[in-house]
Amino acid sequence: MDADLRSLPVPTAVLLARIWRLCLFAGLLAVVLAGCATPPPADDPDAVAEFKQTNDPLEPTNRVFYAINNGLDTVILRPAAQAYRFVLPAKVRTSIHNVLSNVGTPVQLSNDVLQGKPRRAGDTTMRFLINSSVGVLSLFDVATDWGYPNHDTDFGLTLANWGVPDGPFLFLPVLGPTGPRDAVGFGVDIAMDPFTWVGKGTAVTVLNWTRFGLNALDTRERFLDPIDQIKKTALDPYATFRSLYRQHRQGEIKELHDDNRATVPVWFSQPAPAPAQTQAR
Amino acid sequence: MAMPNRRAFLISYFSLMVPVLAGPAAAQGAGDRAAAFVKSTADRILGAMRGGGTVEDRRRVIGPIIDKAIDVDGIARFCLGRFWRTASPDQQKRYTELFHQVLIGNITSKLGEYQEVRLTVGRSQPRDDSDVVSTTIERSNNPPTTVEWVVSDAARDPKVIDVIAEGTSLRLTQRSDYAAYLTRNNNDVDALINAMRQQLAQPNG
Repeated sequence: MDADLRSLPVPTAVLLARIWRLCLFAGLLAVVLAGCATPPPADDPDAVAEFKQTNDPLEPTNRVFYAINNGLDTVILRPAAQAYRFVLPAKVRTSIHNVLSNVGTPVQLSNDVLQGKPRRAGDTTMRFLINSSVGVLSLFDVATDWGYPNHDTDFGLTLANWGVPDGPFLFLPVLGPTGPRDAVGFGVDIAMDPFTWVGKGTAVTVLNWTRFGLNALDTRERFLDPIDQIKKTALDPYATFRSLYRQHRQGEIKELHDDNRATVPVWFSQPAPAPAQTQAR
Repeated sequence: MAMPNRRAFLISYFSLMVPVLAGPAAAQGAGDRAAAFVKSTADRILGAMRGGGTVEDRRRVIGPIIDKAIDVDGIARFCLGRFWRTASPDQQKRYTELFHQVLIGNITSKLGEYQEVRLTVGRSQPRDDSDVVSTTIERSNNPPTTVEWVVSDAARDPKVIDVIAEGTSLRLTQRSDYAAYLTRNNNDVDALINAMRQQLAQPNG
């Protein structure tokens, strides 16, 4: 009995490290079995340019993982997300999403600060304060209505903002479409999260896994329709997801880069407004 | 004595103001037209969707609107990328015809899921040779989505040449889909044409 209890509360970090090691092993196995992409012949410059632009040297391996992930998704995650949508009303799901988002504040705020974006950090802080109190333990997202909208961020974006390129495309088990930069970012985000380290015991472990599971359900439920649509219309879903992932990340990076809102408070004398002609454009 | 002075002042004031006002207005003309064009096109398509009926009915109504408002031939050529040049004229013709049907089918089935859609047209800005009109699409129980419409030749014959949803371009995504399919099928355009035909044969495809 005692031994059973002691074996249960394994800290999340250790568990994740074990999963990670398993994935790496599976990855190496897949690389050995599937190998690398064959570059097109050098006498076809258009094909060579396309190969370089796609930047997916491990494509055969990635496709193996895509197939595995897709299989697991079809039998486990997608039905689970459908059940989640069927069982819970939209308002409850939104509240769960709000709570999950609020629990992610430490990681979000750390990244905002590391990116050197004071207004984003301010948004995150105000959202946490408003939603945790007025929003009844963040069940309701009051902050968005009060002018503090949410934004997605992660350490992959922080690295991108520091000038780290995305590198070759990777499709990893569980994680899905990513690249070396964003995969590292994912790991750093987990390491950065106080909930990875805080406390020990069954309750903490259960809460951490509940959060992990709910996050997966919440995210998958939000993508039920778009992913079904892509699988229905794409001739090569893997290539379509690859393209969409890359474009989406580039869009996020650009949005982050261009977010240079002034930090002057509203009550302070504002910098002179831009001339009318520039505004019109 | 005071009157002519004031009149002179007013005249000079307005003569100065006119070019100042007309300047940005002229520069904005194409952008405004692009925005108005997107608004009217979206209203017509959404109106047709609300009309109900079967998928076939909607396709019949929306098809002509799309053919008129969207540069389908241009997008088709773009999506075939480097394979357009290697394709025979006959392949190009069959591919373009199928592309029309695939695009209309995709739009119709995609919009079919959207009940109660609200589209707000935002600002428009020039990018390269086109105007990009920014819109926000709101659906019930969904966060608002930003969709940008790339409109070419807004001044004379406006046509949508790309749709960018949350930073992802429709034609770029489609091109990488076709390019990957062709690369894995010996660069054979006929294989792509067959796959498109099969896709159309699927129910609600």
